Amino acid sequence: MDTNDQYGVRHRTPGRIRFVVAAGAAALTLTAGLATPLNPAPHRAGAADDGTKVLTVAVAQSVDSLSPFLAVRLLSTSIHRLTYEYLTNYDAEDNHVVPGLATAWESSPDKLTWTYTIRSDSMWSDGERVTAEDAAWTFNTMMNDPGAATASGSFVANFEEVTAPGPTELVIRLKKPQATMTALDVPIVPKHVWEKVDDFSEFNNDEGFPVVGNGPFVLTDYKADSHVRLRANKDFWRGAPKFDELVFRYYKDQDAAVSALRKGEVSFVAGSPSLTPAQATSLKGEKNIRVNDAPGRRFYALATNPGARAKNGEKIGDGHPSLLDRRVRHALFMAVDRKTLIDKVFQGHAVEGAGYIPPRFSDYFWEPSPEQELAYDTAEAARLLDRAGYRKNGDGRRVGKDGEPIDYRVLCHATDPNDKAVGQYLQEWWGDLGIGVTLNCLDNVTDPWLAGEYDLAFDGWSVNPDPDFVLSLHTCAALPATPEETGATDNFICDRTYDELYARQLAEYDAGKRADIVRQMESRLYDLGYMNVMAYPNAVEAYRTDHIESITTMPARAGNIYGQDGYWSWWSAVPAADSGDGDGGSSSTGVVVGIVAGVVVLAGLGAIAAVRRRATAEDRE
Amino acid sequence: MTSDATSASAGGGTEAAAGPPKDGPAAVGGRVTTAYPRYVAGKVAGAAVSLLAVLVTSFFLFRLIPGDPVKFMTGGRQVSAEQLAMYREQFGLDLPLWQQFTDYCGKALTGDLGTSYQFNAPVVDRMGEALPNTLLLTGTAFVLYTVLGVVLGTRSAWRHGRLGDRIGTGLALTLYSLPSFWLGLLLIITLSVGIGPLPGLFPTGGMESGGEEGFAYVLDVAHHLVLPVVTLVAVEYGQTLLVTRAALLDEMGSDYLTTARAKGLRDDLVRRRHAVPNALLPTVTLIFINLGRTVAGVILVETVFSWPGLGGLFYQALSVPDLPLVQGLFLVFAAAVIVMNTLADLVYPLFDPRVGR
Repeated sequence: MDTNDQYGVRHRTPGRIRFVVAAGAAALTLTAGLATPLNPAPHRAGAADDGTKVLTVAVAQSVDSLSPFLAVRLLSTSIHRLTYEYLTNYDAEDNHVVPGLATAWESSPDKLTWTYTIRSDSMWSDGERVTAEDAAWTFNTMMNDPGAATASGSFVANFEEVTAPGPTELVIRLKKPQATMTALDVPIVPKHVWEKVDDFSEFNNDEGFPVVGNGPFVLTDYKADSHVRLRANKDFWRGAPKFDELVFRYYKDQDAAVSALRKGEVSFVAGSPSLTPAQATSLKGEKNIRVNDAPGRRFYALATNPGARAKNGEKIGDGHPSLLDRRVRHALFMAVDRKTLIDKVFQGHAVEGAGYIPPRFSDYFWEPSPEQELAYDTAEAARLLDRAGYRKNGDGRRVGKDGEPIDYRVLCHATDPNDKAVGQYLQEWWGDLGIGVTLNCLDNVTDPWLAGEYDLAFDGWSVNPDPDFVLSLHTCAALPATPEETGATDNFICDRTYDELYARQLAEYDAGKRADIVRQMESRLYDLGYMNVMAYPNAVEAYRTDHIESITTMPARAGNIYGQDGYWSWWSAVPAADSGDGDGGSSSTGVVVGIVAGVVVLAGLGAIAAVRRRATAEDRE
Repeated sequence: MTSDATSASAGGGTEAAAGPPKDGPAAVGGRVTTAYPRYVAGKVAGAAVSLLAVLVTSFFLFRLIPGDPVKFMTGGRQVSAEQLAMYREQFGLDLPLWQQFTDYCGKALTGDLGTSYQFNAPVVDRMGEALPNTLLLTGTAFVLYTVLGVVLGTRSAWRHGRLGDRIGTGLALTLYSLPSFWLGLLLIITLSVGIGPLPGLFPTGGMESGGEEGFAYVLDVAHHLVLPVVTLVAVEYGQTLLVTRAALLDEMGSDYLTTARAKGLRDDLVRRRHAVPNALLPTVTLIFINLGRTVAGVILVETVFSWPGLGGLFYQALSVPDLPLVQGLFLVFAAAVIVMNTLADLVYPLFDPRVGR
């Protein structure tokens, strides 16, 4: 039986109308009520209602801590660059060292004592003068308190003693010579504020605002995963920033961040770490948007497990023994067509890899000579494998010394589409050589990596203007002391020749000679074949030209904006003359929303009233 | 716990058709029998056991993940043996497993869920910051999609087979099967950025513009709330609609409705006062389950709209992974579902007195 016919016919038409009107009115009333005409549109970046010039940057990375002693993430350390002066800075033009909190520095003849002249025109944002005592206290705290050494303890590991004989004189005594004494990327904090902290391992510096600092910006507000707000420091010794406020706003989804840029809610978006090729393409040609496709500071590499060991000689993990043969490693790398990877995977937003340090750091950039280069040559790769004794069996598979077909486990980051795409190419190219590839794509690769449970792994680091840190990752000293501990090593590489070169460059105070040794280290690393640098991905980012008239890139000629080694980008950004247009748009949008919302609210209320009236009348029948 | 509630609802739904109360309103709020206290005690005891099981599971489950939590925490950075020891002591990882477990249980019972690795802050503090945001978002959406689902489901069943029903059911099914993040992105592109001459009306993400205070802040948050709520409502209302519709269809052939109609009652009254109350039980189950899920938030929607709630926090905690935070969130999510299901069980006798006898 059709119950609908039985019960539904009589009042069908008025009931349906009433229902549709009521449901629609309820939904629209609420929606419209939320899209209130009193606050009709989101605040656009560029200018606030009161004329304050606001620079809004879309970010995705959470702040791990706002304590300079604890923070290690890029966003957090960038905030510290903006809020605290370091002893030195890097010039935006070409990365050379320039004065920061220190105006001058010199080393003693024995290379063990460094004396810095601290500037006298820098003030903390609470009005106190910045002195050498603040710097000495900062370094001493890191040297004496493990909690305070969490983020940057490696910078003070070679310090013997730090003193402040006078308000403008800082003296650091070293245990042994160290060429990186003008590259101490440590935020100097105000002693009179921080000496009250009880436990540096727990204090996150995120409760009392504004945070006392002496950088170009003052941290005024922070709400986890919502925003970080900074105010221009009008008393900054180098000159006040041009924007009144700098806001980092959270967009956990990168497509949403791009939409926010397109709409004008944010002035800048960089992605994490770059915009995807599709996003960059979609933004190119958009009115008022400029895509900055800059040479990056990262390298993208494939690392082989070199037979992971701890300092005490104990074996770690289970890397494939065939990879201990340099000929095998070279063969694998000769079967990688880097040009195809640049064209197909990075879609042109990268440069073909060579040495360990990207070309933007021209002093240290190194390329192999034609004779040295492991150029793409699959035939030669196959010959190398044959010579190494890894021949094909009847099934066309290369077999190891144990007679088993070789199948390499390649660690890849599940969240990085490039890893997966490159991995598929490896499966094809190495498959042609007779070698199997199993991609092991994980959210967290750290654990198998530290445990040495991989054969190859996708690797990448951002390189600083001073290359000491990334070079140090491959010294024997960086290995963990025992398999249970964590070393500073990236890939368990330990080579005496490399170590000797590393020690020489660290003790070499002549910049030219040091750069020469660094290039020798890269050459050695290349010959060892433990790391195949496949590409230098570009830093692809975009900003609104109707918000930002000009902004300094680093290096100045063709460089990136987000995550610079310094505060140049946000400090130098000049508001566009018509940045108020954003507000205009906002206002017009507001009017439209206001009108629509008003009409819908009235219609909704009217409909509800009519329905109620009708229902009451029917009930009275 | 879920199966308890579901089976009760199914029984209530079908049996109610066999012998409903004569007067519609009396069907809701029937007299509770003397067996009710025992029924309540049983359900509460069951919930307590479930909570205990979740507590134990949440501790051991995340310890099955291979690897050293301290190495997770330090992310492969250079860490001296001294620092490793300090972290292990700080997070209680230097203690035997049984002691870690008793400490964990003891602290959990007092509301201490440990310290987040990535935020270096108490898990409870981080969750406390995110919880109100999630409740605002999913709570608003919950009210809307429940009302919309029940109303539309009732109407659809009452006029089942007709064009309106087919369109309404088809639309609900379509929206229900859409990935919420995809719909969210679509709404951002259309209603937030704007298309062609149509201006963008709503923010692309976040919960506030920043810098607002007082009433302006409230309005600002409300404005940011619209698109995520619309996304959630669009995706979720279909489920309530379909359950309500199915339940009501079961009722519609019942004799008592014929009787009611024979008494001369209007069709509208037959539906609202007789059929709907008796068909509500499965919907009540669903509503309580959804209430439990409300606390968990909707991970994808919170991520797409950058809503700083528990769902987004969970996504973030998993990607590290931040074990204490994942563990704490898991505990709270599971507890919310258990509590809500228990509440569903406890109110059942109020709707159908035979349950709990």
